[in-house]
Amino acid sequence: MTEPTGTSKDGAEPTGGPQSSSEESGAAVEEHRARGGEQPEAGETERAEDPSGNGAAPEGGTRLVGPAGRERAGMFGVRGTGDTSGFGGLRLPAYAPAPAERPFGGWFDEFADDFADALDQRGIPRSAVQQVTVDRGEITFYVQRERVLDLARTLRDDAALRFELCSSVSGVDYGEDVPQRLHVTYHLLSMTYRRRIRLEVALDVDDPHVPSVVEVYPTADWHERETWDMFGVIFDGHPALTRILMPDDWDGHPQRKDYPLGGIPVEYKGAEIPPPDERRAYS
Amino acid sequence: MTDIRDEVSDAYAPERETTEGTVYTVTGGDWDTLIDSEHDDRIVINMGPQHPSTHGVLRLVLELEGETVTQARSVIGYLHTGIEKNCEYRTWTQGVTFVTRMDYLAPLFNEAAYCLAVEKLLGVEAPRRAQVARVLLMELNRIGSHLVCLATGGMELGALTGMTAGFREREEVLHLLEYLTGLRMNHAFIRPGGLAQDLPEDWAEKVTDFIKVMRSRLPDYDKLLTAQPIWRQRLEGVGYLPLDGCLALGATGPILRSAGLPWDQRKVEPYLGYEEYDFEVPTATEADCYARYRLRVAEMHESLKIVEQAVKKMEPGPVMVEDRKIAWPAQLSIGSDGMGNSLEHVRKIMGQSMESLIHHFKLVTEGFAVPAGQVYVPVESPRGELGYHLVSDGGTRPVRVHVRDPSFVNLQTMPAMSEGGMVADVIAAVASIDPVMGGVDR
Repeated sequence: MTEPTGTSKDGAEPTGGPQSSSEESGAAVEEHRARGGEQPEAGETERAEDPSGNGAAPEGGTRLVGPAGRERAGMFGVRGTGDTSGFGGLRLPAYAPAPAERPFGGWFDEFADDFADALDQRGIPRSAVQQVTVDRGEITFYVQRERVLDLARTLRDDAALRFELCSSVSGVDYGEDVPQRLHVTYHLLSMTYRRRIRLEVALDVDDPHVPSVVEVYPTADWHERETWDMFGVIFDGHPALTRILMPDDWDGHPQRKDYPLGGIPVEYKGAEIPPPDERRAYS
Repeated sequence: MTDIRDEVSDAYAPERETTEGTVYTVTGGDWDTLIDSEHDDRIVINMGPQHPSTHGVLRLVLELEGETVTQARSVIGYLHTGIEKNCEYRTWTQGVTFVTRMDYLAPLFNEAAYCLAVEKLLGVEAPRRAQVARVLLMELNRIGSHLVCLATGGMELGALTGMTAGFREREEVLHLLEYLTGLRMNHAFIRPGGLAQDLPEDWAEKVTDFIKVMRSRLPDYDKLLTAQPIWRQRLEGVGYLPLDGCLALGATGPILRSAGLPWDQRKVEPYLGYEEYDFEVPTATEADCYARYRLRVAEMHESLKIVEQAVKKMEPGPVMVEDRKIAWPAQLSIGSDGMGNSLEHVRKIMGQSMESLIHHFKLVTEGFAVPAGQVYVPVESPRGELGYHLVSDGGTRPVRVHVRDPSFVNLQTMPAMSEGGMVADVIAAVASIDPVMGGVDR
């Protein structure tokens, strides 16, 4: 098996504090994935109860993936004002995907077993998959970023898996206050078995590197370019990671949540209609 | 005698020395007068984004040796409108009006796929009548979209009658859609939870008339194009992309089916009750532009079959979910100044109770909250797998709306289809991919 190209930076010396802590916790729970969530170990509990994710109480399973959503305080986006409605004290925890428990249901269990076997055969540690989530009839594998390419190759080539088509690669930015806010999602389709799965990688915004899967799925070429363009995720090993939708000389990555949106100046005493992300919001 | 070169070198882009030799930037003139004898025949030409044959604002960069294309690359982004980002600052319902503008030839597919994804997040299902209506509208839309493909493809290849005929029939589709939904394009008719409103009273009659018209006119395409020698010579064996190439490059829709794989979301992962409809998935094995053309014609006939069955299946009933926390509370009617809110309905809300008014106000202004999570919902659009990846954090607006647009993915196959062929075949290949730039660039 060829080593993933261009991942030396991430693989050898992970930078960024939170990322490395998640790696440790990932390594600490080898075997975790196959059984779909066991007792939490010290490392993970710590990670799960990391300050910004404290609202997300683990629901039985091991939570390896940090919160994917922001915490909400108050209603109507009221901040620091004398809100007397009573809604200002409202606290909603950040959403974090819950790990699934066996049995997952449907074809998920059979598939998860086959996947685990395939990983063993290829000498990929099971800890490469950090968490399994089953939600709304879809299965998501939260995976270590260093292993993305290996996993993609396994999923494509193993006779029991056969994910011939990579439907989509895209990014999600969960917001400024969320740890590991950048996620890269891969939607894979097995035409042989008529199955769809999702791989998800969480990244730190300071170190947004992930191995490119173009050599396994050539179709990921433009998807990864778009994700770079829109989210600033660097796909190491991509043949030509250039902007695709925005002009070549554009600054910034527009779909990041902290990308400044323009307000609209009003010809009245220098007033301005605030940009959409600064307006009073209900959500 | 003035050399043309002198005039050219005064222009905006003069010739210049590069590591690969002299680069001449020419905008016209006779080749022999432009450069000296010492040059290879390698030319890089730019085609588009404003070019009538590139199927929209698509820019092709072609490296030619003589008339043979040695390398082809496409440059996109000229129609990027930031729809995905815009959706993040609108309610889930408002998102429909944005996504419908992406792949503007298949607006109803965008709406249906988006709404199916929102409904999956919400855990609700649209009522039966709305589902059948969605199928009906989508299949009408598929016919319209394939007609534009034939029309513009014909125009790009010089078959102008193909264009006039194609657009004439598409007009029938648009007229019908206008009658059914109120708008020719960008309908925003399919809403999370069902439809914006019920179909007009005599919809069945209109649809039946339409089927009759199309049944009589679709065979004309066989006469006009299918057996026509020039059309065949331009398309047969051109733009070849076998199955392994399709899968590697992610091509779906008619491109994949032209390579022999009968992969159609309506059959393999049925949604909206497609399993109840009797229709075929046309496939071919030639994997060339001509096969794709024939598949599109065949698919229009299949769509007509589905429309016919949908007319029979439609039963009276609600077109929006019962849940008043989701269902859009407005009713539309035709007033003296066009379509707008039904005054009767407004009077009813205002007169009912204060709570009813508050509820209406909150639902319209802040929208409904969608439980946190993510879904990916694929449907079979005329161009292939149209997938919506929606992420919610529990709020009234999406965290992320990602569209896996088939045009975007399929356009990646352009180099594989065109390199090694002639320049003219690039046009045929792009036409057979049928990219809609609104969907590619989003």
